[in-house]
Amino acid sequence: MALDEIKIGGLGASRRRVEDNRFIRGKGNYVDDIVLSGMLHMEILRSPVAHARIKSIDVSKAYDIPGVRLVLTGEMMAARNLAWMPTLSYDTQAVLATDKVRFQGQEVAAVIADDPYIAKDACQAIVVEYEQLPVIVNPFQAMESGSEVIRDDKENQPGNKVFDWEIGDKAATDKAFAEADVISKMELHYPRSHPSPMETCGSIADFNRATGKLTVYMTSQAPHIVRAAVAMVAELPEHMIRIVSPDLGGGFGNKVPIYPGYVISILASILTERPVKWIEDKTGNLISTGFGRDVYLQGEMALRKDGKMLGMRMRTISDHGAFYADAQPSKFKIGLMHSTFACYDIPAAHLESVGYYTNKAPGGVAYRCSFRVTEAMFFQERMVHAAANDLGMDQAEFRRMNLVKDDMFPYRTAFGFLTDSGQYGKCLDIGMKAIGYDTYKAEQEEARKRGKLLGIGISTMTEPLGAGNSREYDILGIKMFDSAELRVHMSGKAILRTGAMNQGQGHQTTWAQIVAHELGIPADDVTVEEGDTDTAPFGMGTYASRSTPVAGAAVAMVARKIRAKARKIAAHLLEVSEEDIEWELGRFYVRSNKERGVTIQDCALAAYSNMPDGMEPGLENNAYYDPPNLTWPFAAYFVKVEVDAETGVWDVLKVVAVDDCGVRINPMVVEGQIMGGLTEAYAMASMQYQTYDDEGNCIGSNYMDYLLPTAWETPGFELHEVVTPCPHHPIGAKGVGECATVAGPAAFVNAVVDALGHLGVRNIDMPMMPNRVYEALTTGKDISGMPPVKMGD
Amino acid sequence: MTSLYDEVQAAPGEGVPTRRVTIKVNGEDRTVDVEPRLLLAHLLRQGLKLTGTHTGCDTTNCGACTILFEGRPIKSCTMLAVQADGHSIETVEGLASASELHPIQEGFKEEHGLHCGFCTPGMMLAAKALLDKNDNPTEDEVRWALSGNLCRCTGYQNIVKSVLWAAEKMRAESK
Ligand code: FES
Ligand code: FES
Repeated sequence: MALDEIKIGGLGASRRRVEDNRFIRGKGNYVDDIVLSGMLHMEILRSPVAHARIKSIDVSKAYDIPGVRLVLTGEMMAARNLAWMPTLSYDTQAVLATDKVRFQGQEVAAVIADDPYIAKDACQAIVVEYEQLPVIVNPFQAMESGSEVIRDDKENQPGNKVFDWEIGDKAATDKAFAEADVISKMELHYPRSHPSPMETCGSIADFNRATGKLTVYMTSQAPHIVRAAVAMVAELPEHMIRIVSPDLGGGFGNKVPIYPGYVISILASILTERPVKWIEDKTGNLISTGFGRDVYLQGEMALRKDGKMLGMRMRTISDHGAFYADAQPSKFKIGLMHSTFACYDIPAAHLESVGYYTNKAPGGVAYRCSFRVTEAMFFQERMVHAAANDLGMDQAEFRRMNLVKDDMFPYRTAFGFLTDSGQYGKCLDIGMKAIGYDTYKAEQEEARKRGKLLGIGISTMTEPLGAGNSREYDILGIKMFDSAELRVHMSGKAILRTGAMNQGQGHQTTWAQIVAHELGIPADDVTVEEGDTDTAPFGMGTYASRSTPVAGAAVAMVARKIRAKARKIAAHLLEVSEEDIEWELGRFYVRSNKERGVTIQDCALAAYSNMPDGMEPGLENNAYYDPPNLTWPFAAYFVKVEVDAETGVWDVLKVVAVDDCGVRINPMVVEGQIMGGLTEAYAMASMQYQTYDDEGNCIGSNYMDYLLPTAWETPGFELHEVVTPCPHHPIGAKGVGECATVAGPAAFVNAVVDALGHLGVRNIDMPMMPNRVYEALTTGKDISGMPPVKMGD
Repeated sequence: MTSLYDEVQAAPGEGVPTRRVTIKVNGEDRTVDVEPRLLLAHLLRQGLKLTGTHTGCDTTNCGACTILFEGRPIKSCTMLAVQADGHSIETVEGLASASELHPIQEGFKEEHGLHCGFCTPGMMLAAKALLDKNDNPTEDEVRWALSGNLCRCTGYQNIVKSVLWAAEKMRAESK
């Protein structure tokens, strides 16, 4: 009898999570929980100013403090050729500043001491003399002619420009605009936001002089990339480097880049021959590590008067901070921004992007998104909202008219992506029904009479998840495949390792479910391990919703290889030829006699004890998966708000999320991801952002200024599901971890703007804090959030 | 006796003052010599090796370090170890008995109240403080009781469900 797939924890089971067993007991193993014998502690001294020449650094007083073992400065790093390191985007970044500091919070010196308190004390004792330079806090200042060149360390650096990039068919787009009845425009700023996982970054470097081996425990979402980079930077042989990512307290893209702290701790361990632990404090994390967004988006849409979209143009101006440290596929300078409008049938499109250096923290990471798609989809849905209004059309009907229809797949977007599946109209219908769209207009009218401002915001999108196929996607030249290795023990229990890196997604639980689905081995019988480069197969790690699309596919593929070998063993055990054998979950049987069969466990035992003549013993294999395409989940989000006309405070009345991420491995986990993403969307829409004053002081350097919603503010969510399997993924799954962060913000903003629509307000830049909404309300004007801000804004 | 300095360094530096404190941790008296400026969270994590208490911020905002101090939830990053002298505290490690999970722990697993797990110990202790006083809270009461604790992963909805699940179980058990 075939097994009941749900009972064995296979595909579709809301299996309770394996990792929870240790977390709920307080027995997680995060970097800061690890103690090595003889371990020293490192603390980083950061620059208090945003742009200055370093005139001198005096560390002598730091050495006066008992317990201080070593103080490192840029000069000492430079002597070992380690003052600069490469970024993931082919730029360079200072490890410890030598010539200048280029943003507030930049690493200037490091103290290694017996205890973290002593290291902190000693940092205070270091005297640095700065000569301040003009500060640039937005790209418009950066592009002014004659403005201070931030990256004077680079030869042939043209002013403060990082790149200039374009894609799409300009001529065809110009033609579409020439033929348009209506041209609708939108201009906005997607503010800088920090992923801010609860756990900050940190590392413990442990260099063993006797063996020559370097082990680094660290907070990395992509340990194999780190190994490759450390081999490059520290000039150590790759087999002598072991990177271990233990449990991560969240990542959200923040833990993809390689940070100076990691590199400094490595050198410190080499010099002291002791393990060196560095745990960043929250301010350090917020002001120096990979941020997301900070893009100015501007564009227009060519429309026929009946509502048909004819073409779109978009220009982005992005702020990358002092070093171009984006984590993204190298071919694309502004991530996958050109996936914008992928769910709409638009014949012509063109995108121009320019990036600039500023005196702000470096980054531009994929903050819970697939490389800038959050900005792309935010602009898209804000633009669509404005266009519908300009045409006098209903928001939902305008979308429906232009969404790619079910029978148009595979669909080639104007920018060249191939979307392959979806039921966009169906998702829209489900969402409209759930939010009560029918009666809403009347309700809004009626409420306005009572002085209440109601609004509904819609956001629909498909996004490219699962980078990606080797033709197009690489980071530092390494193709973005992923991997899995499966070993079935003789008792039919198994261990699975992948090149992905869990940071809360539940891989230990869900990968085992894929094995259960493919082999009929109960999920409880499968151990899952990730994050140790000495044992895990090479993979590109977890970010950009790529785990299920890429590593998850590798898990299915390796399980199929195992099944193919097990089939040969089954034929041997059943004494029939392989062609006469059938498979049902967990069991091979003889086609002519279903009663005669052997289980996968029987085959596993035989692989070690009774294999056919000439067969290699054992039952293990690996798979490297190069995905044929990205996966394209679809999301339709609806938000209903009420704005208080007296104060500008807005309340969320209802949130409806309809997600189609294909086949769901573990529905409970998928829903958890969606709710987490919706919360970050709400956060960005309502309160969470980083800005800078005109001296380059980061406002948002701690949780008193960088506001994150608590359980009290966060609204409840109503989730709905549509399943359109991915046609090329082995189990039909699509990425999902980030859909809600990507599509969510526009739904909130559209709702508030809808509530104020009758006043002529087209845009309020996020976060829509009550003062901004109030200003829009009372002036009827658009509100821009471009820095610098005056303190107290 | 456990000494913090036995754990983290050979001996206190010269001239560094220390104080001897005794704290009842999860029902057991622990006596340690500490520097007066040592934060309770750091004593728990580094000195007593109870690493289930996490620190997630520098400004008393995140609640990852929440423990129960004489039954009340407090942020252990904002209390000095010496202030806990003579008091009784409970950490996540004290929630389960050898054989059985606390209903709150079960609830978090059952209702998927955690992703990365970093906020979880603090969340569970804040929840325990609530349920010890009120075993039948409304959703709003749960949200309010947890509003000193940040979670970046879950969006709170399932955390709230976890606590309500635990409340129901605790009510059933006390009948
Ligand atoms: S560590 Fe954040 S409140 Fe204590
Ligand atoms: S589960 Fe990750 S912070 Fe709450």
